Amino acid sequence: MTPAAPGGGRFAPRLKARRRAGVRFRWLCRLAAAFGVASLVVLLASILVDGLPALSFEFLASYPSRFPERAGIRSAILGSAWMLALVAAMSFPLGVGAALYLEEYAPRNRFTSLLKTNIANLASVPSIVYGIVGLAVFVRFLALERSLLAGAATLSLLVLPIVNIAAREAIRAVPDSLREAAYALGATRWQTIRHHVLPAAMPGILSGTILGLSRAGGETAPLLIIGALTFIAFDPISPMDPFTALPIQIFNWTTDPHGEFHALAAGAIVVLLGVLLMMNAAAILIRNRYER
Amino acid sequence: MRKSEPGSASTPWRNPASALSPRPANGVGERLIVALLFGAGALSIVTTVGIVAVLLSQSLGFFAKVSPVEFLAGTRWSPDLVPRSFGILPLVNGTLLVAAGAALIALPVGLATAVYLSEFASIRTKRIVKPAIEILAGIPTVVYGYFAVIVVTPVLRSFFPWVGVFNAASAAIVVGVMILPMVSSLSEDALSAVPGSLREAAYGVGATRFEVATRIVVPAGLPGIGASFVLAISRAIAETIVVTLAAGATPGMTLDLLESVQTMTAYIVQVSLGDAPSGSFEYRTLFAVGLLLFLITLALNLLSQRMATRFRESFQ
Repeated sequence: MTPAAPGGGRFAPRLKARRRAGVRFRWLCRLAAAFGVASLVVLLASILVDGLPALSFEFLASYPSRFPERAGIRSAILGSAWMLALVAAMSFPLGVGAALYLEEYAPRNRFTSLLKTNIANLASVPSIVYGIVGLAVFVRFLALERSLLAGAATLSLLVLPIVNIAAREAIRAVPDSLREAAYALGATRWQTIRHHVLPAAMPGILSGTILGLSRAGGETAPLLIIGALTFIAFDPISPMDPFTALPIQIFNWTTDPHGEFHALAAGAIVVLLGVLLMMNAAAILIRNRYER
Repeated sequence: MRKSEPGSASTPWRNPASALSPRPANGVGERLIVALLFGAGALSIVTTVGIVAVLLSQSLGFFAKVSPVEFLAGTRWSPDLVPRSFGILPLVNGTLLVAAGAALIALPVGLATAVYLSEFASIRTKRIVKPAIEILAGIPTVVYGYFAVIVVTPVLRSFFPWVGVFNAASAAIVVGVMILPMVSSLSEDALSAVPGSLREAAYGVGATRFEVATRIVVPAGLPGIGASFVLAISRAIAETIVVTLAAGATPGMTLDLLESVQTMTAYIVQVSLGDAPSGSFEYRTLFAVGLLLFLITLALNLLSQRMATRFRESFQ
């Protein structure tokens, strides 16, 4: 094709130069995308290389210690498990309850839209701010001390908006025909919710809750602030016990200036990432299995 | 329409054409349930009020001794060493230095990734790149902190031997990688929201793919891209663990990324690790710094929401 010059020569398509610029630009973008993937690979590789050798049954079953060869993550694993259970117990009913209110009962008025905006804003409050509020309210004012309960209450505040937003999306996705069918048979609003809306929305609600919990399982800053960085060489057996958790233990071992504990930190990261990965996989599985 | 329930005029009608409405709730039990659900919803307001009340009431004691002007304009932060001084600018400087460094990496790389994913990538590459970036977004901050200390800082020190164990650059690089997924996925959403008709019109007048991407799609998606940028910067400012582990605890007015700095968040961690007794002055500084951090991030988040809303409206 010969480039015709309808503008008397003023029209110059310069196609070759433009295409070259395009190729260069595409490579630049490809490089950028590769940067993210490469970061992930380097990050995971360095952790696996340092962490896998540290893993052993003793490592999982021992308490922290001043001696790296004897130190383990038993109390951290138990603390994290307690923490997740307590956070689930608090944030699931509250988050789903608020979602049901907002989607099924709330009148369309100013107050409702204020509630929704407010929840969206709470979701982006820095976790460290939740930490200092938890320190002032749960640890000091309610005198829960540095207990599992204080930590779980703090993390629940942080996770609640996430659970709530996921639950609302799941509830909104339930078709109205389902509700109307129940109404036609004379069901009250709550009967409709209980027997039809909630079961239909449950996979979405559950997967959103698990994602929120996996966020809580990796949170470090709020727990540091409420003072969870302590030496715990016993099993927590009640919500009022002091605790440590996996992220706290990793933080602690990473700050070791002599580097003797760095391999242990990597080992604990492998365990933490393994657990979080399983939780995320479970969330995705639930969603894919039951939704459509 | 059948009037069936007190207040049904104000309850949400999903389908206004339908005459169906639930049977009125007459039992006490159901009313109680509704009250409980409302309570759960109202809890979010209680939380917000609680956050603001705690931050304000606890920092009042601080501002009784240190004037807000001295706090906001002072250039020396020395809460322990006599003469004590509570100018927060060194902490703000540390925070902004790390956030700026992180933005320098995450904004261009994130945007270019978004352009690649939305305009160029084949479905097969998308299937690799997108999950990888999602995984990056799900990795806990303490893992990034470990990575900064154990991998990035030693690499930096092998290039620049005079760099200390704690430096802003290492924190900035790692925070940059951390906020990268936020920039790339939100920007990609913005680019994909640009209507196909705009692209086709540009192709129709002879634009190349490169020109469509850079002169049509990116400019059209700009408010949405801007929203992702602002949100990512807000996240970098709020980041705590990476900066505590990698940037150190040296409040200062330096602009040198190779030096150690202390951020607002790192100071909060330092004080709370020190076990300040409740009501002590040191304890109150926590809340004054926390309040400023809260206000900065809130302002940025609101700005980001506003840009995102404007963007959404521009294509309706």
